[in-house]
Amino acid sequence: MTNRNTLIQLKAVSKTYGNLCALKSTTLDIPTGKTTVLIGQSGCGKSTLLRLIIRLITPTTGSITFEGNPLTEQNITTIRHRIGYVIQDGGLFPHLTARDNVTILARHLKHTKSDINRRLDELRELTPLPAHCLDRHPTQLSGGQRQRVALMRALFLDPDLLLLDEPLGALDPIIRSELQTDLRDIFLRLSKTVCMVTHDLSEAAYFADKIVLLQDGKIVQQGIFNDLLDRPADPFVTRFVNAQRGAISPSGATL
Amino acid sequence: MRTTHHQKVSRHGITNAAITTLAIATLAIQCHAADVSSEPVKIGSKTFTESVILGEIAAAMIESTGTRAIHRAEFGGTQILFQALKTDEIDLYPEYTGTITHEIFAGQNLKSLDDIDAALAKQNIKMTRPLGFNNTYALGMTRQRSSELGINTISDLKNHPDLRFGFSNEFLDRDDGWPALKKSYNLPQLNVAGLEHALAYRALQSGALDVMDLYTTDAEIAYYDLHALTDDRDHFPEYYAVYLYRTDLETRDSQAVTAISRLATTIDNPTMTALNARAKLDRVPEAIVANDFLNQTLDIEANRAVESRTAQIWRNTKEHLFLVSTSTFAAILVAIPIGVIASKRRKLGQALLAIVGILQTIPSLALLVLLMPILAAIGLRSVGDTPAIIALFVYSLLPIVRNTHAGLVGIPAPLRESADALGLSPMATLFQIELPLAARSILAGVKIAAVVNVGFATLGALIAAGGYGQPILTGIRLNDHTLILQGAIPAAMLAILTQTTFDILERFIVPAAPHK
Ligand SMILES: Nc1ncnc2c1ncn2[C@@H]1O[C@H](COP(=O)(O)OP(=O)(O)OP(=O)(O)O)[C@@H](O)[C@H]1O
Ligand SMILES: [Mg+2]
Repeated sequence: MTNRNTLIQLKAVSKTYGNLCALKSTTLDIPTGKTTVLIGQSGCGKSTLLRLIIRLITPTTGSITFEGNPLTEQNITTIRHRIGYVIQDGGLFPHLTARDNVTILARHLKHTKSDINRRLDELRELTPLPAHCLDRHPTQLSGGQRQRVALMRALFLDPDLLLLDEPLGALDPIIRSELQTDLRDIFLRLSKTVCMVTHDLSEAAYFADKIVLLQDGKIVQQGIFNDLLDRPADPFVTRFVNAQRGAISPSGATL
Repeated sequence: MRTTHHQKVSRHGITNAAITTLAIATLAIQCHAADVSSEPVKIGSKTFTESVILGEIAAAMIESTGTRAIHRAEFGGTQILFQALKTDEIDLYPEYTGTITHEIFAGQNLKSLDDIDAALAKQNIKMTRPLGFNNTYALGMTRQRSSELGINTISDLKNHPDLRFGFSNEFLDRDDGWPALKKSYNLPQLNVAGLEHALAYRALQSGALDVMDLYTTDAEIAYYDLHALTDDRDHFPEYYAVYLYRTDLETRDSQAVTAISRLATTIDNPTMTALNARAKLDRVPEAIVANDFLNQTLDIEANRAVESRTAQIWRNTKEHLFLVSTSTFAAILVAIPIGVIASKRRKLGQALLAIVGILQTIPSLALLVLLMPILAAIGLRSVGDTPAIIALFVYSLLPIVRNTHAGLVGIPAPLRESADALGLSPMATLFQIELPLAARSILAGVKIAAVVNVGFATLGALIAAGGYGQPILTGIRLNDHTLILQGAIPAAMLAILTQTTFDILERFIVPAAPHK
């Protein structure tokens, strides 16, 4: 794969905590302009992989490149400005209003007030979020609204990459499906590179251009969604798919 | 290099800020301490009634020459006063020859007044001729107990090894005090406690003590019908009262020196005992006692004013607020940066927390005393509000450092990650995200420090820092409960007020906590 088509490249990256191996030696490409979904059971290393990409943690071995340049302590701040990061429940700062949460980085980088306001309006329509929500504190917003605000914050500088760690994990099913639709529209409209974590197979199917299934800190299969069904690389893949089918829809109608 | 560079800058920034603040705080303290208008004569006195009366008498004499006199009554003990005299904090104070030979110049074996003059001259200090009375030490018992046991002289005590002794702390330490007395009379008693002179009378009266140290001019001797045991081996030296003054006072204000010198040989033992009795037993303010004495004996029109109760409370309140606010404010400026550093570096953090923790365990009186030579060595005032503020400052560090550290370390991991992932500078992360999130905890630490300081600051009176401790000390000396309450009640009210103010602040300043 050429650099043009690959935004992020992990080469033999592993992460250990003491004697616990959270991620075994992993090689992975995140294709530009596509949505990559990481899926797997709890504790399999999905969040670890995402944290490595934005260098909240550093790899024990291996290297990660962004547009072909290795991530280092020196370049990470600039690169972080080009990455939007959203976690479960939003990670919004409780002492700031929604507006201040969304604009904090732009204000820090001394963007002009009018630029900031213009971008704010744009994103409010895109996500969408009612205007009156902007002056509320996170505790005064619903879970769905919080996620929309978190997404606005992540998108504010028009980043090249969006990292989403179970962005819909804490929402009730109705809000969740509503946000799923909105999110996918946004991704399609912006043709962003997205790397998203979920442990919900139907959600993965809905979003993924590329799906990566992890088990115990290691990739068992990656490719398009149907490969998981039609060409399982390992008996675990089939077990995982079947378990999720059973859990989500006993009739199997959604898949 | 970007992030590392930022971190370095921020850490430097914090240390610099801390040093600057400390410097500013120190300057402010110095300015305050040095804020004395042109040329009044500053008089100090010890923490017992006779000394306060002699201070008032000197003040009244000097004022009769037209010079303003400031009497800082109950300034402290011998060491504190002598130190203050040397460092120009005061110009003069009443002292006793025995104290000069046996405490100030202990071990130099000074015999005559000339010897004392010579020793003082080396320190640029002079002494008036004795005022008349000899207020030496004696051992006293209630007359009832002494006749019960048949004790008349100090030697008689030898046959009663189980008697309980209670001595003032100065008497326990000085070289003519208990250790020497024990040796020269070969006394066997082991049950010896140190306690405040004024309290010892009450302990003796209630039977909790059998023997205490007395000053021979104490008004209480007659009042409580005490038996002053005969010093049959002439152990105690003579304690003639004199005034010690700075040599430069002679050039600055020779009239003042002439005025206090006139007091030589004007007060004999019965006179002094009577003056003490008026102040202590009849509760006549020392200023009035001094005025009346000068009118009657020297025919001098003396007009020392008695401060009204309201004026006293207001002055003590201002002094107390100054001690508490300066020390707490300085502690905030130093402790928050320390807490921040501690939260960023685990090893260093533990060391810093341990250090401020140890500082906290130094007993308050020990800290005050330890500070004196250190402050003197670096050229700061070693008595008064400077050491008090520094001690309070030291005690305020721990709660603020610990709560800052706890507040920062306790920021939920998801919020910390979200902050880091944004790519803000470390400084922006600290000021816009971390400190506001830790604000509730930090404010709680400041509240603890301030409330505790209000209580601790009462001890400042022991080293002449004023505040609500002053009426409490005077109240203990005079056995005047109203005076004790005049310090204790406002101190308690100020503590409650401080607590309430912070509770209200908390509601307004601290941002909404994360939803639970
Ligand atoms: N800071 C850490 N210290 C020690 N172990 C860690 C740390 N972070 C993660 N782990 C461990 O690494 C493994 C992978 O964790 P990770 O958070 O990546 O899982 P996950 O796939 O995101 O799970 P989930 O779906 O529950 O979020 C787990 O066993 C976890 O306990
Ligand atoms: Mg996870």
